[in-house]
Amino acid sequence: MLKIQDLKVEIDGKEIIKGLSLEINKGEVHAIMGPNGAGKSTLAAVIAGRDEYKVTSGTIEFEGKDILDLAPEERAHAGLFLSFQYPVEIPGVSVTNFIKTAINESRKAKGLDPMPAKELLKLMREKQQLLEMDKQFMSRSINEGFSGGERKRNEIFQMAMLDPKLSILDETDSGLDIDALRIVANGVNKLKNENNAVMVITHYQRLLDHIIPDFVHVLYDGRIVKSGDKNLALELEAKGYDWIKKELEA
Amino acid sequence: MKPNKKRYTLKLHDKLINSFEKFGQSLNGSETNSLSNLRAEGIEVFKAKGFPTTKDEDWKYTSLNKSIKRDYDFGAEFSLDIKSEDVDRFLCTGIDSYKLVFVNGVFNASLSNTTVQDKFFVTNLKDAYEGNSELFNEYYGKLADTQQSMVALNTAFAQEGAFVYVKAGTVVDKLIQILYINSDSSRSMMNQARNLFVVEDRAEVQILERHQSLSDEYVFTNVVTETSVGNEAHFKHFKIQNDQDTTTLVDSTFVKQGAKSNALVDTFAFSGELTRNNLHFEFAGEYAEAHMDAITLLKGSSIVDHHTFVDHAVPNCQSNQLYKGIYDEKSKGVFNGKVMVRKDAQKTNAFQQNNNLLLSDFASIDTKPQLEIFADDVACSHGCTIGQLDDEALFYMQSRGIPQKEAKAFLMFAFAGDTFKNITIPQLKEQLINLVATKLNVDLELNEIDL
Repeated sequence: MLKIQDLKVEIDGKEIIKGLSLEINKGEVHAIMGPNGAGKSTLAAVIAGRDEYKVTSGTIEFEGKDILDLAPEERAHAGLFLSFQYPVEIPGVSVTNFIKTAINESRKAKGLDPMPAKELLKLMREKQQLLEMDKQFMSRSINEGFSGGERKRNEIFQMAMLDPKLSILDETDSGLDIDALRIVANGVNKLKNENNAVMVITHYQRLLDHIIPDFVHVLYDGRIVKSGDKNLALELEAKGYDWIKKELEA
Repeated sequence: MKPNKKRYTLKLHDKLINSFEKFGQSLNGSETNSLSNLRAEGIEVFKAKGFPTTKDEDWKYTSLNKSIKRDYDFGAEFSLDIKSEDVDRFLCTGIDSYKLVFVNGVFNASLSNTTVQDKFFVTNLKDAYEGNSELFNEYYGKLADTQQSMVALNTAFAQEGAFVYVKAGTVVDKLIQILYINSDSSRSMMNQARNLFVVEDRAEVQILERHQSLSDEYVFTNVVTETSVGNEAHFKHFKIQNDQDTTTLVDSTFVKQGAKSNALVDTFAFSGELTRNNLHFEFAGEYAEAHMDAITLLKGSSIVDHHTFVDHAVPNCQSNQLYKGIYDEKSKGVFNGKVMVRKDAQKTNAFQQNNNLLLSDFASIDTKPQLEIFADDVACSHGCTIGQLDDEALFYMQSRGIPQKEAKAFLMFAFAGDTFKNITIPQLKEQLINLVATKLNVDLELNEIDL
């Protein structure tokens, strides 16, 4: 589904990703872990199409197609979704109107008519329940005055509405209390199936107690330096990142 | 060899003054003495003061120079031919309304829908002063500041315009639409349109006004509106300023409010070469509320200058100004909001907000709040911001599949959306929002849907 080969990325002349390769197939959950500044969020942003980052070499293919020249919205239409670490406030745009527009623009790109209001309403109700959100939430301005937990739930709600092929969850666990973490993780698990894939970016093991990864990669200094199964995450949790640094220096 | 083509044109100022005598003769004593006197005073003030220049403090940011250097016809016989389709597309449709349509300065009865009833009337100003001179004389020329040269010029020449009168306790059942069409495609023209709205105690009325040119010729409209809002009356005045880039509009509006009244002037300034809005509110009775909302959405080299003046002459009144501006390309905006709180006007609440987005390096905004407070127990605030569209928010929207152009439109609409809050007629609100979508060049349902 996603194939990254020898990716190098810089911002303001500083290289952040220094030759990264990664392949994610449908049905898989991948966790990307690593210390601060390793390049995790940069990786997520580059896949989603943020244009401040300059890709100096390498390729990113999504479903066999090079996506590096695509605008962020075109990537979204192709089935990519990025859950933001810091979801942006948009005063004056309600959750309902936002999601309606996102869905219908995506349908427009595929040559489909807008989703009938009734169908949209039904879908929204269903996904609201999944994320344990109440109805009033829908008429609030996107992320404005939302608590950390509400923001992340809103991200996963949008993910549920848009039904992407690959979801990238950038530190979705940060700012969440135990209950919100459970709701968010439960939502992700319910949406998971054999045809889609998830890439979880996190510092900590705790989200991975709920969303069980098939693969765990350690990103350090712009490269994936170690890959393993879910046990690698436990090992990192127990030992921290220092042993990897030492291993690399050795 | 061809002879040099020389065309002598009088300066507009002189041409206007010279034509006044002829204009007076054409009236042939048909008007009341008081109106003739007002005209004579008007031309004297204009003669002495001339067109405003950037040396006048109130015109510092906006020059009329380009507009007044052109040659305009006025008082001539203009073509009055017009098809109703040409008019309909500039009206709010889908609702029953009273209509006053003026073509090249002349009232067009067949395109209009006037009414003269016991409790209210909607009619041409000219008919009103011929038939109802008592009422006319009581208000006409009394609310406007006739010492301002543009008002004086208008007063000297104005003949036609809208006259709305609503008797005490009457709620006008329909929206009143006033449309000034300029359609003569053979010459440039200058218009002196004049509105008089008298809303008595506890009465209610809503008015939509629009000036629209159908030709490519230059048009200079100098409109003056006087509005008297009685005690406990409710008044709403919507202005659509979305004209061709060959038009100059100077709008001077004066609103005087009685006790416990509520008045709104809501301006949608979307285009035109040069638009100047002078909006003057005066509180004459306590516990009144004034609202001034505006969205200015410009591109090209359009200029819109909003000057407001709110006179808190009595205690316990509230004024709210909400001016939102979005400027692209080489467009230019001005907001100068003056609030005067007089010595006795205790417990005044005066709020002023001017927020702007500049979308291009060549667009500009001059914003100047002026608070003059002589009372000590008041709450006054003003805020102004100038910014750009938020890149983070754009990327966020794009990453959810909303294309950049639509995402920008969405953000701009969200930015300006609160200026729609005082529009209670759904069809009008929808059509104004669609007009914004058209201006932003997107096919989006910007209106908040209710699921």
